[in-house]
Amino acid sequence: MEMVKLTINGIEIEVPAGTTILKAAEQMGIKIPTLCFLEELSSVGACRMCVVEVKGARALVASCAAAVAPGMDVQTHSPAVMEARKMMLDLLVANHPLDCMTCEKMGDCNLAELCYEYGVKESIFKGDKHHYPIEMSNPFIVRDMNKCILCGRCVRACAEITGQDTIDFIYRGFNSKVAPFYDEELVESNCVYCGQCVSVCPTGALTERQMAGQGRRWEITKVKTTCPFCGTGCNFDLNVKDGKLIGVTSNSSAPVNGRALCIKGRFGWDFVNNENRLTTPLIKKDGKFVETSWEEALDLIAKSLKEIKEKNGPDSFAALSSARCTNEENYLVQKFTRAVMGTNNVDHCART
Amino acid sequence: MTNSINEITTDAQLMMLIGTNTTEAHPIIGYKMRQAKRNGAKLIVVDPRRIDLAEEADYWLRINSGTDIPFLNGLMHIIIKEGLYDKNFVETRCENFEALESTVKNYTPDYVSKLTGISEDDLYAVARLYATTDRAMLFYTLGITEHICGTQNVMSCANLAMLTGHLGRPGTGVNPIRGQNNVQGACDMGALPNVYSGYQPVINTDVRKKFEQAWGVSLPDKVGLMIPQMFDAANNGQVKAMYILGENPVLTDPNSNHIRKGLDKLEFLVVQELFLTETAEYADVILPAASFAETNGTFTSTERRVQRVRKAIEPVPGQGNWQTIMAMSAKMGYPMEYNDPEEIWDEMASLSPSLTGITYERLEEKGIQWPCQSCDHPGTACLHAASFTRGKGLFQGIDHIPPQEVPDEEYPFLLNTGRILQHYNVTTPYSKGIQSMWSEEHSEVNPDDACKLGVENGDMIKVTSRRGSITARAKVTDRVPPGMIWMSFHYAASPTNAITSEGLDPITKTGEYKVAAVKVEKA
Ligand code: SF4
Ligand code: SF4
Ligand code: SF4
Repeated sequence: MEMVKLTINGIEIEVPAGTTILKAAEQMGIKIPTLCFLEELSSVGACRMCVVEVKGARALVASCAAAVAPGMDVQTHSPAVMEARKMMLDLLVANHPLDCMTCEKMGDCNLAELCYEYGVKESIFKGDKHHYPIEMSNPFIVRDMNKCILCGRCVRACAEITGQDTIDFIYRGFNSKVAPFYDEELVESNCVYCGQCVSVCPTGALTERQMAGQGRRWEITKVKTTCPFCGTGCNFDLNVKDGKLIGVTSNSSAPVNGRALCIKGRFGWDFVNNENRLTTPLIKKDGKFVETSWEEALDLIAKSLKEIKEKNGPDSFAALSSARCTNEENYLVQKFTRAVMGTNNVDHCART
Repeated sequence: MTNSINEITTDAQLMMLIGTNTTEAHPIIGYKMRQAKRNGAKLIVVDPRRIDLAEEADYWLRINSGTDIPFLNGLMHIIIKEGLYDKNFVETRCENFEALESTVKNYTPDYVSKLTGISEDDLYAVARLYATTDRAMLFYTLGITEHICGTQNVMSCANLAMLTGHLGRPGTGVNPIRGQNNVQGACDMGALPNVYSGYQPVINTDVRKKFEQAWGVSLPDKVGLMIPQMFDAANNGQVKAMYILGENPVLTDPNSNHIRKGLDKLEFLVVQELFLTETAEYADVILPAASFAETNGTFTSTERRVQRVRKAIEPVPGQGNWQTIMAMSAKMGYPMEYNDPEEIWDEMASLSPSLTGITYERLEEKGIQWPCQSCDHPGTACLHAASFTRGKGLFQGIDHIPPQEVPDEEYPFLLNTGRILQHYNVTTPYSKGIQSMWSEEHSEVNPDDACKLGVENGDMIKVTSRRGSITARAKVTDRVPPGMIWMSFHYAASPTNAITSEGLDPITKTGEYKVAAVKVEKA
């Protein structure tokens, strides 16, 4: 592999040819801020947060899109760079609502983090703000385009991960906006509600509807687990607050799916909280189910199964295990059937 | 799957999909296929329905339902005739080539084209493309298995992959995509009437002795009943008691009336479930179940990857399902002593050679794909690299087996069934968001048929087979060919499986959900 030597912030480093300046800096532990860049998507260099100063270059360079060159001398945090980033943030904030205290994304907003880091409070530009209605017409995704910074991550996620091409930039200048064709709402479009766009949005423009008002991002505990729906085996984080499941978010370290999920994995989890969940054992008495204790239910089961086994032999019993349950549960069902009931009559549902 | 999901985007140069609507049934795999196609891989879709991926495909072959064997034989006919097969692979890795050759000889393009409805030109083009591409992945799901000839369909797929040497390397393989999250694991764990965990046969004396010793009991030596046999035995009084954990056969199994009758006849039924399902209604005792979010454990995905399931919240019923089974067992006089699911895994792994090397600790980051025989084994991304399980790959000459029930004058339509994107069997109807958008069945009807029947988009239709009638809303679309009705099986109000065929694959006992004869009227 061809290697390239360059200097970043006065320190020499050697990286494979083709590496971006951003990556090279990252390898040295230097964090260059980004907004539109995301590892798993193509780089467009649109937000210009990642600009760096390259000696001899006429303008600042977007480090996410520019490859290293031999002998390059890069400054990642020079005064000119800092000034440019500040200006960029200032422009973004100029037409941003700044209602952070009620924003769902607070605590997990890249824009807010960077404004904090670069000391941008209020814009020096007093311009027009957008007054788009907040789109709430579907049960999964809230679209507040007033908060959109036009980074285009959602557009690329929709096209490059899901391949659905539902959303794109429309209109020009101040009116530029990300939307489905003809500026329709998602319910009108070919959207499959995979939520990839939500998972990449750096601001509160796209958020999970089910999580609205359920908790602040820093109050949430994330538990990585495996999807209970299809056999693909996607991983994601269960979001838990005060012992209650409030949502699912992507975990980009997932070995099979990375950040990607489908509608079921991302938005189907709420069956767990459905009020029709069974909570106590039930026994049928005179054709009606009545609540009972675990003790009583298990006693009845043991008594009945023992009787039937004694009277009719072990093969009068059969067990159906579940392709939805864990391996451990399945192992125990077959062990119970074989070791306790004494029969090999165990199977699980055919609809694979 | 013989191979791994991520090979779709990293290795495959061609994907051939037979009977898998991947973007809906296995969306993330489907999305990866679309990425791969857009990055230059070739895509062949063989499906009677114009599924989403058909729009992206280089070739979309609208095959007549139930003609997969002639189609695959037809491809092999061309490949052998034109000398495009992998002679080295066939000679060194396989046997019984002559049988295959003599069978597929009869499947001339002309004959196959008539049976399958696929043009001869397309048969030639696809045969040549698949055979001459170095790394080609073959995928299928229930469109292949849910036929009376499901087993033979699967063998035919294997024949084709072996003939062209598309096995044992990254970006190749025969890749059935398993439907439910842990259907792979349920099989691996021995929730099957003929094997213990790790596919160790119950009729093998050494194996049985090993389990008898580990479990401290004597074990039955006769293979047990498969699901359809269980319900037959329930109907005729041989099976008198059942324990059903987390399944709803009344809604998901074919010919549900037969299942209902069987459940009704049982003397004692225990159902452990999240919700009061159609099946639970028949129970004498219902035990509340804990969901995936309420338990530690593992699932095994379609690529044989064992991954952790982690407890995020306390179990709604107060205890995990593993604890319930332990308590039940103790009351029966056989105490099981596990402190947590990890100890269950460890016992299973110690008894199952193909899983022995897997521990919870090793699963932490990325899971492991079995086989994994020892703690320093990295797991297996691609099966059959050096040899097949039985040594040499066995070619089989397989002839066309038509569906058990085909449309006729009285029942002129072909009913095909499957999943839609938004729903997953029978859990998602309890998701409020999903249910609010997709609350009822929308059966697909071709515009020509709709016109003849006087049915418009959104009208209610009555679909009747020899086994019963159901009603559903019609969606008029050319996704289905003329003569076909397509329905999902997610909705209790349109219980599609009440009318599906009684046909079963005699070997796997899988129902022929993909072909039944029905008549359709405006309701
Ligand atoms: S939810 Fe998925 S399909 Fe819909 S716009 Fe977002 S990324 Fe595209
Ligand atoms: S909606 Fe979010 S991800 Fe999309 S362009 Fe706007 S800020 Fe970026
Ligand atoms: S997120 Fe979707 S594709 Fe992934 S495992 Fe779950 S249901 Fe399957």
